[in-house]
Amino acid sequence: MRCSSSMNSKDKKGIYVHIPFCKSKCHYCDFCSVVPSGDIIDRYVDALKREAEGYKRKNKIKADTVYFGGGTPSFIGAERLSDILLHLRKVFDISPDAEITAECNPSSCGGDFFSRLIDSGFNRISLGLQSADPRERKAIGRLTDADAAKQAALNAKKAGFNNISLDLMLGLPFQNTESLKNSIDFCADAGVTHVSAYILKAEEGTPFYEKLSIEGAKKMNLPDEDAVCDLYLFAAEYLQEKGFEQYEISNFCKKGHISRHNYKYWNLDEYIGLGVSAHSFFEGKRFFNTRDIDEYIKGSKPIPDGSGGDFEEYLMLRLRLAEGLIRHDTERRFGKGCFEKVLDKAKKYKGTNLLNISEDSISLTKQGFLVSNTIIAELSS
Amino acid sequence: MSNKEFIRNFSIIAHIDHGKSTLADRLLELTNSVQSREMTQQLLDSMDLERERGITIKAHAVRLEYKAKDGNDYVLNLIDTPGHVDFNYEVSRSLAACEGAVLIVDATQGIEAQTMANTYLALDNNLELVPVINKIDLPAADPDRVARDIEEFIGLDCSEAPRISAKTGENVEAVLENIVKLVPPPKGDENAPLKALIFDSYYDSYKGVVVYVRIMDGSIKPGDTMKMMSTGATFTVVETGYMRPTSLQPCKGLSAGEVGYITASIKTVSQASVGDTITLVNNPAKEPLAGYRKANPMVFCGIYPADGADYESLKEALEKLRLNDAALSFEPETSGALGFGFRCGFLGLLHLEIVQERLEREYDLDLISTVPAVIYKVHLRDGRVIEVDNPTHFPDPADIDFIEEPIARAHIFSPPDYVGAIMELCQNRRGVYLDMVYITPERVDISYILPLNEIIYDFFDALKSRTKGYASLDYELAGYQQSKIVKLDVLLNGEVIDALSFMVHEEKAYQRARRIAEKLKENIPRHMFEVPIQVAIGGKVIARETVKALRKDVLAKCYGGDITRKKKLLEKQKEGKKRMRQFGSVEVPQEAFLAVLKLDEQ
Repeated sequence: MRCSSSMNSKDKKGIYVHIPFCKSKCHYCDFCSVVPSGDIIDRYVDALKREAEGYKRKNKIKADTVYFGGGTPSFIGAERLSDILLHLRKVFDISPDAEITAECNPSSCGGDFFSRLIDSGFNRISLGLQSADPRERKAIGRLTDADAAKQAALNAKKAGFNNISLDLMLGLPFQNTESLKNSIDFCADAGVTHVSAYILKAEEGTPFYEKLSIEGAKKMNLPDEDAVCDLYLFAAEYLQEKGFEQYEISNFCKKGHISRHNYKYWNLDEYIGLGVSAHSFFEGKRFFNTRDIDEYIKGSKPIPDGSGGDFEEYLMLRLRLAEGLIRHDTERRFGKGCFEKVLDKAKKYKGTNLLNISEDSISLTKQGFLVSNTIIAELSS
Repeated sequence: MSNKEFIRNFSIIAHIDHGKSTLADRLLELTNSVQSREMTQQLLDSMDLERERGITIKAHAVRLEYKAKDGNDYVLNLIDTPGHVDFNYEVSRSLAACEGAVLIVDATQGIEAQTMANTYLALDNNLELVPVINKIDLPAADPDRVARDIEEFIGLDCSEAPRISAKTGENVEAVLENIVKLVPPPKGDENAPLKALIFDSYYDSYKGVVVYVRIMDGSIKPGDTMKMMSTGATFTVVETGYMRPTSLQPCKGLSAGEVGYITASIKTVSQASVGDTITLVNNPAKEPLAGYRKANPMVFCGIYPADGADYESLKEALEKLRLNDAALSFEPETSGALGFGFRCGFLGLLHLEIVQERLEREYDLDLISTVPAVIYKVHLRDGRVIEVDNPTHFPDPADIDFIEEPIARAHIFSPPDYVGAIMELCQNRRGVYLDMVYITPERVDISYILPLNEIIYDFFDALKSRTKGYASLDYELAGYQQSKIVKLDVLLNGEVIDALSFMVHEEKAYQRARRIAEKLKENIPRHMFEVPIQVAIGGKVIARETVKALRKDVLAKCYGGDITRKKKLLEKQKEGKKRMRQFGSVEVPQEAFLAVLKLDEQ
């Protein structure tokens, strides 16, 4: 679709920092992470700082979100995380009210971990729970029992974090609405403000994928497609009942607690990705770093990935959000006409339960989210 | 110009795979007609497709020079013929240009269906047959038995039939000697008015149409004004010459008995149609030569570009193919489902497949074709009779008095072990048993009357699979018979998809309808809504399936700003949509059409 963008002038970027280390690798995970050995962590942290240096400007680049993802950021300890953040503050102009998140694994955030993070400026914690059900946890190779996650959440709260997210997975082996309900109750009881619920996907190259292709879904007790859809719809309903509003395909939060960092991705705002395999969208260009840690430490250049920010990307990303594509914002960024075209294509969905269509916005329903790839392809072609 | 006494015009006839092209290669080598560096396998099969499939599609002609043991130099004109039943027409026009034919029989397999069919064709043309027993190098070869079979069944003396291996070259020279000895020299009077028989032609972008002729009477040379006897069109001869294996060799002129080519700035092959007689304006012949059997298309289907934008390219490609394929017919047609395309006529299913493959390969086109059909004669209640080869034109059943369908007399040659399986297949295909003859103790000829539409529908594959490839098939048209033909319509989401309609015998309707519905269900992707698939006769639904609604197609995690991955997915999805055909609200991938064409027998 040819809609020209008047480059959005929001000048505050998001900063993503990838920490590619884990105590052990989860069966289903295809993110860039390794079990570290030797002094690789410290060499990696140095490389990160060096990469950040590259963004030094006379007028510092402004940022209002920082997100440490992984891997397992907590695995490298509060001291290193604080050290990196301190370094980022030297390079970037990070606003006082910035959202600063660290992904943590309950097994590596004991002791004074959380209070040290608070002290150095972190204000949001994302904890991997995946499931509260022991059988489901075991099936995907989670090391700790679920209570450790609850304990971690409580500890984080006690240390002063009032913005905590838990990750859940949908479509796990043995999972049913009953066990999912328990997992959601568990989140609600832990008093968190945000829940991400991702549908499990067998990614090629993971042990989980291997196992699935050998044993088949049935033997692994994976719910079938219809059951997964039912789990998803149940999760969306039940989370809402528990006060978590759905604001994106896989994300739910208590009022006012969306992930501001992730929202940047979905709103086609710019971000700088630091670390191995990290993606950036900066000054209109997309680029990403190597997935090879040694290469990265040696200082390999980012790989260009073309320009970004066109209307198609905007449509594709905005439709992931519950608020969808809003006429006013769309016209402000891409001029008149773009919204109309989509509206026109969307008409064929009138009378279905897949899209909410009005003159001012187009958004996917919960059922629509489940088939969002197809719908987005249709609306953007 | 050559002395007629020392000319031999011959073709090679054989069942498929009995070694025709290999023998031709050896003859070229033995007569030093090609340098060994130019020698590629199956030289005369110049199309890649011919070499790959091991079949000869078009006739080819080549002039060989041979010094025989009697000390004389002979000109041997070899006119290669296609081997498959679909191309009988091409065989017939090649044979009419010859005085003799080398009949190759495989020493391991013996007489096959096309051995007989081609033998009859050769005898119809009064050709002298030169039997040759090939493949004696194979362990399973039994030349004595095969020689006996030929003597007993065909009545050819095989006492001097060369036993050869075209593959190794063993004893091939004896074939040349026998051609010289047995094939009579051409008759004809070089002083009589010109009669030249066109047995092939092709378009050359430099020379215009190159016309392959056999001069029956008279002579022709550059500068002469020639006339096509069927149309009266005249042309000035630019060049005459001989066909060498890898090039054309101009000569001063061609005279009675000779085989050669003529160019005359002819712009399209249709102006030099195969079977026509060429004469001279100045001294014209009174009567043309007995015409060829005209090749009438027997099998029809719609061919559409997968991408509507390729319509013009498809049209050009078809026009180019028709330049060299007189039997191919096509006319524009429009389908509600597939848009603009062509209704094409073919000699048979192999011909259809070959044309399709050439269009896709040589012209790089993506095609969708509809179910092949034969020509039905529909007798209407008002007394009119209409011919229908396209289900779209099938009249309202209420107006139909009765329908006739074309039938064929089929000969199936097989080892006796498979008689049961073959009869079962023929019964399934509505065959009527005619006769069964033991040609030899190892070979039986089973004849059936079969509806042509059953033959074109996968019959050959079914026959091969039931007889482990041992059976061979030949058929000839045998008129029409009254038959209960119905039109099946396929409905997707309640809408008739015209491109999927086809005509079938009532008895087969249910079975076919069910299979089609199943196949479509497998091939139509899930939509946002349930898609009912129905197959109906008139208004009556006789089979149905449902494609369940799509429930899940989502990238749950759009993480760490990796937009690229999602963009790629989106691109792929949009690309996939392009390959879909939109029928109302339903999208059907090309594969669905192919699947419906290839319903295997259950």
